[in-house]
Amino acid sequence: MEWETVIGLEIHTQLATQSKIFSGAATAYGAEPNTQACAVDLGLPGVLPVLNQEAVRMAVIFGMAIEAHIAPYSVFARKNYFYPDLPKGYQISQMDLPIVGKGHLDIDVDGVSKRIGVTRAHLEEDAGKSLHENFHGLSGIDLNRAGTPLLEIVSEPDMRSAKEAVAYMRKLHELVRYLGICDGNMQEGSFRCDANVSVRPKGQVAFGTRAEIKNINSFKFVEKAINHEIERQIELIESGGKVVQETRLYDSVKDETRSMRSKEEANDYRYFPDPDLLPVIISDEFKAHIKAELPELPDAKKQRFKDSFKLDDESAGILTSSRQLADYFEAVLAASGSEPRLCANWITGELSAALNKAGLEITDSPIDAQRLAGLLVRISDNTISGKIGKQVFEALWQSTASADDIIAEQGLKQITDTGAIEAIIDKIIADNLGQVEQYRSGKDKVFGFFVGQVMKEMQGKANPAEVNKMLKEKLQG
Amino acid sequence: MHSKSITELAHSLRAGEVTSVELTQAFLNRIKQHQDLNAFITVTEEQALQQAQAADVRLANGTAELLTGIPIAQKDIFCTLGVKTSCGSKMLDNFIAPYNATVVEKLNNAGAVSLGKLNMDEFAMGSSNETSYYGAVKNPWDKTKVPGGSSGGSAAAVAARLAVCATGTDTGGSIRQPAALCGITGLKPTYGRVSRYGMIAYASSLDQGGPMTHSAEDAAIMLQAMAGFDAKDSTSVDVPVPDYSAGLNAPLTGLTIGLPKEFFGEGLDPAIAATLELAIAEYRKLGATVKDISMPNLKLAIPAYYVIAPAECSANLSRFDGVRYGYRCANPVDLTDLYTRSRGEGFGKEVKRRILMGTYALSAGYYDAYYIKAQKVRRLITQDFKNALAEVDVIMGPVTPSTAFGIGEKMANPIEMYLSDIYTIAINLAGVPALSIPVGYAADMPVGLQIIGNYFAEAQLLNIAHQYQQLTAHHQHTPHGFA
Amino acid sequence: MSLTAEDVNKIAHLARLGIDQHDVGAYAQDLSGMLELMTQMSELDTDNVEPMAHPMDQAQRLRADKVTEANNRDNFQAIAPQVEAGLYLVPKVIE
Repeated sequence: MEWETVIGLEIHTQLATQSKIFSGAATAYGAEPNTQACAVDLGLPGVLPVLNQEAVRMAVIFGMAIEAHIAPYSVFARKNYFYPDLPKGYQISQMDLPIVGKGHLDIDVDGVSKRIGVTRAHLEEDAGKSLHENFHGLSGIDLNRAGTPLLEIVSEPDMRSAKEAVAYMRKLHELVRYLGICDGNMQEGSFRCDANVSVRPKGQVAFGTRAEIKNINSFKFVEKAINHEIERQIELIESGGKVVQETRLYDSVKDETRSMRSKEEANDYRYFPDPDLLPVIISDEFKAHIKAELPELPDAKKQRFKDSFKLDDESAGILTSSRQLADYFEAVLAASGSEPRLCANWITGELSAALNKAGLEITDSPIDAQRLAGLLVRISDNTISGKIGKQVFEALWQSTASADDIIAEQGLKQITDTGAIEAIIDKIIADNLGQVEQYRSGKDKVFGFFVGQVMKEMQGKANPAEVNKMLKEKLQG
Repeated sequence: MHSKSITELAHSLRAGEVTSVELTQAFLNRIKQHQDLNAFITVTEEQALQQAQAADVRLANGTAELLTGIPIAQKDIFCTLGVKTSCGSKMLDNFIAPYNATVVEKLNNAGAVSLGKLNMDEFAMGSSNETSYYGAVKNPWDKTKVPGGSSGGSAAAVAARLAVCATGTDTGGSIRQPAALCGITGLKPTYGRVSRYGMIAYASSLDQGGPMTHSAEDAAIMLQAMAGFDAKDSTSVDVPVPDYSAGLNAPLTGLTIGLPKEFFGEGLDPAIAATLELAIAEYRKLGATVKDISMPNLKLAIPAYYVIAPAECSANLSRFDGVRYGYRCANPVDLTDLYTRSRGEGFGKEVKRRILMGTYALSAGYYDAYYIKAQKVRRLITQDFKNALAEVDVIMGPVTPSTAFGIGEKMANPIEMYLSDIYTIAINLAGVPALSIPVGYAADMPVGLQIIGNYFAEAQLLNIAHQYQQLTAHHQHTPHGFA
Repeated sequence: MSLTAEDVNKIAHLARLGIDQHDVGAYAQDLSGMLELMTQMSELDTDNVEPMAHPMDQAQRLRADKVTEANNRDNFQAIAPQVEAGLYLVPKVIE
C-alpha cells in the first residue's frame, strides 16, 4: 500500500526579552542555578504575575509577519499539572483566546512553493529544568528558565514529508530571527519543536491516529525523528497493529522514539482563565504602531534582491537567509558602489567560506562591511586583480588594516606602466628564442608560456590585458 | 488607654501622655493576659518594641503620620518578612516569609507597630475560625462561641482590645461576618482597591484585604494607609484614593437606602431582623429615605461562589507541593508520593474539601456545566447590584442569619456552614464594597448591619457608618472581662 | 448528581491530594451535597449571558521589559526543605 504522511509542528520559541514574561527576573542563559528565579518565578505564596509588554509586542509582530489575525481580546489561562519544574502547579498559557490566530508561511521544497497554515500562536511561560545528575538518587531543580516567555506556534497538519517539516521549521527559524524576537539558539533551547505525525493510505481523507514526538532540538533530528516515526507507524500498521495516540520522546543518541507514558497518565489540564491576569486588549493604535516597525521580511527581501540587483535565485536566497547577512550585503554595496553581483560573489563565496571555517556568524565577522567594500573598490577600479584580491582578503581577515593599506604595504598595486612591462617582455623574448621560433611557426599554445613568464617576473601585479596586448605585438615581430 | 480610638491615641502620643513603647507594652501584656482567646498565632514582641521605638523617634521629630506608633496586628495571611506566615495551616507552619506583602509594607511605612500575626481559618476557608491548624479562636463576648471567620483572630483581637485595629481579608464575608459576630467595624473594599500582592491567595477574583476596627472613623484612617494602586498586582485598580476621613461628617439627608426583600426573608433570625429595623429607624432620623428593592439572583450566590472559589483555590494551592518551601512529608519514595503525602498531611479537611470540589468543577466534562455556568450567574448577580445601585445610594441588610454559634456546633455539616454566608457572598462576586457595623445585640451577642455601596464608594460607606456611630454607642462597648 | 468513592479518589489523584481512606465516603457525601446546591443554577436561563471572570471590566496592564529582580537565592533557599548546590532536590524525575 502507498502511504501518505501528515505532519503538524508545534514550535516553542523563547522570546528575546530582557526580563521574564510575568516577573522582573533576568532571562539570560547559563546563570548559576536558581539565581534568576525571583519570588514570582518560584511561586512563593502571595506573589502575582504582571505581563511583560515586550512579550506582547513580539507576539503581535510575529502575527503580522505571518499575516495572521491578531486577537483584539486574548486571555491567559492556567494549565494545571504537577511537575517539579513547574513551581505553581500550573503553567500560565493561553487556551481558548490566543493572541495570534490563523496565519500562514510559504515554504520551498525542491523548487516548489507550498503554503503551510499556522493555526495559532500563543504566549506562555517556560518551565524550569530538572537535572538528572545523581544527587544521592534525587533530581535537582533549577528554576532559572521558569517564566521565560514562550511563543508557541502551532501549524496546521499541512506537511506531507519530513523534508517539508524541516523546510517549515527553517523558514520559521529564519523569520523569528529576522523579526528579532528569538535568538534561535537551538542548543540552548531557544527554539524547540514537537511534531505531530500520522500516516494514512494515500487518497484517504480522514487523518490517521497521531503520535506527538517531543524534544527535537535540531533540524537534522527533526528529519530523522519524523522519518523514524513514519517508518515505525507504517511497520506497525502493516503488521496488523494500531497506532495509539501518545507522546513519544526522541532519543538522538539511540536515534529512536520511545513512549513517554509517564506524562500521558493524567492529561486533564483543567484549563480556566487565570484570575490574577486580566484580558489583554490589543488596540488598533498598538497594531498600527507595530506594523510601522515591521522589517522587510525574507521573501520580500529576496524578491527585491533579484529584481533590483539582478542576483540569481540562489545568491539572493543565501543573502536573505538572515537579516544580518542581508544588511551586510547592502552595506558593502552602498560603501563600495560596486557591481551587486561582485559584492554577492565575494560574500557568498570567500567570506562565507572563511566564516564557516572559523565557525563565526556574520555579526562576528573580522572583516566588517566597510573593509570588504574597500577591497571591492580596488578590484572594480583595476588597482588589483581578482586573484590578488584573495591575497588582500586573507590579510584583511588577519588584521584590522584597510585594503588600501595592505595593497600599498605589500606593493600589490597592478603595474600599468607600459615601459616597465615592455622591458620585461623584451627580456623574456631574448631569453627564450626557441619558444619564439615555435610561436612564429604557428604553435599558438606557446603564448600561454610567455604570459606566465611575464606575470611571474612581475609577481602578478601586471595588468593581464595590457600584458596580452603587448606580447602579441612583440611576438609577431 | 486600650479603649481609645486611633485619633485619640494619636493625640495622646503627640501630647506626651504615653509613648508608643508604653502603649505597645500595654497591648503585649493584654495579649498575654488573654492568651486563652487564641487570637494570635505569632506574637512578635521584640520586633513590635523596636517598631515602637522607631515610632517614638518619628513622633518626636515631627515625621509621624496618624498611624505612627499605633499597635495593630496582621492577619496571618499577609506575608511578613522574617516572620512566620502560616495562613492558619500546618502546610506553612515552618514558612518564614522572605518578603513583605504590599499592605504590610504600607502599614510599616505609616509607622504602625505590628504586635503579631492573627489566627484565621486555614487558607481563609471557613466561617468560624475552627479550621485553623492552630485551633479555634474564642469569641470574647462568649468564649463558648465562635468569633466567625475567616478573619476570626482579627475580630476577636480587636473586640477584646488586644490590638487597636487589625487587617483582615474577605473572600465571601471573612471581614464582615467575624466583625458582626464580634461587635466591631469591618470593611471589605471594592475589589482592586487594596493590593493583593503578598496576601496568600484563596480565590483570586474574590479576595480583598481591608480594615477591622472599632469604628468607622478608625476604619477610614486604616483604609487610607492600606489602599492604593500597586503595580505588582495586575488586578489592582489605578484610581485615586480619596481622603476617607474628610467626608465622615457629611449629613445623610437625601440618602436613599435600598432594602432587598431577599435579605429579609426566611432564614433570618427574627431577633436580628428586629435589631436591624431599629438601626434603619436611626437612619430615617438622620434624614435617609428607605426603599424596598428586589435582587432576584441573590439566592444563586452560594452555588456560584462554591464553584468559583473552590475552582480558583484548587489551582492557587497547587504551589504547596513540598519542593521549595512549606511542609514536606518524611521520606517520599517518589514524586507522586512527595506531592500526595505532603499535601495530604499539610492540608486540613476543609481545604481538601474545597480543592476536591474545585478540581472536580474544572475537570473535563464538567467545566461548562459548573464553572462557566457559575461565571454567567456571577454576571447576573453583578447586574442585580448595578441595577439596585442605580436606583438607591446604598443597600442595607443583615451580615449573618444568626448571631455567633457554639464552637463545634456546625463543624459536622459543612453545607450548613456555607449557607451561613448567604448575605455576604454576593458582594464578593460583584466586587462592590461593603461594611459591617455593630448595631445592637440579640440574646446578648452582637448583631451587625451590612451597608453595601457602589464601586469605590468606600468614603460614602464610612460616612454613613460614622453618622450612625455618632448617635449610638454599640461600637464602644467592650465585652465583659475585657474592659 | 452524586459522587462515588471512586470519583473522589480520582479527583484526589488529579489534585495530588492524599486523603484518609476512612474519609472518602464523607467527602463523597459532602461534594454530592455541594453539587446538589449547584443544581439551583440550572434553573436560571443564562444562554445569552457572557461569563464573568473578573469584577472589574478592565484590560491587563503591561510592564516595561526591565530586569528589576536581583539574585536572592540564599534567602529563598533558606526556607526550602532540601537543597544542594543551589538546586531544589526532589525524588528522581523519570521522563
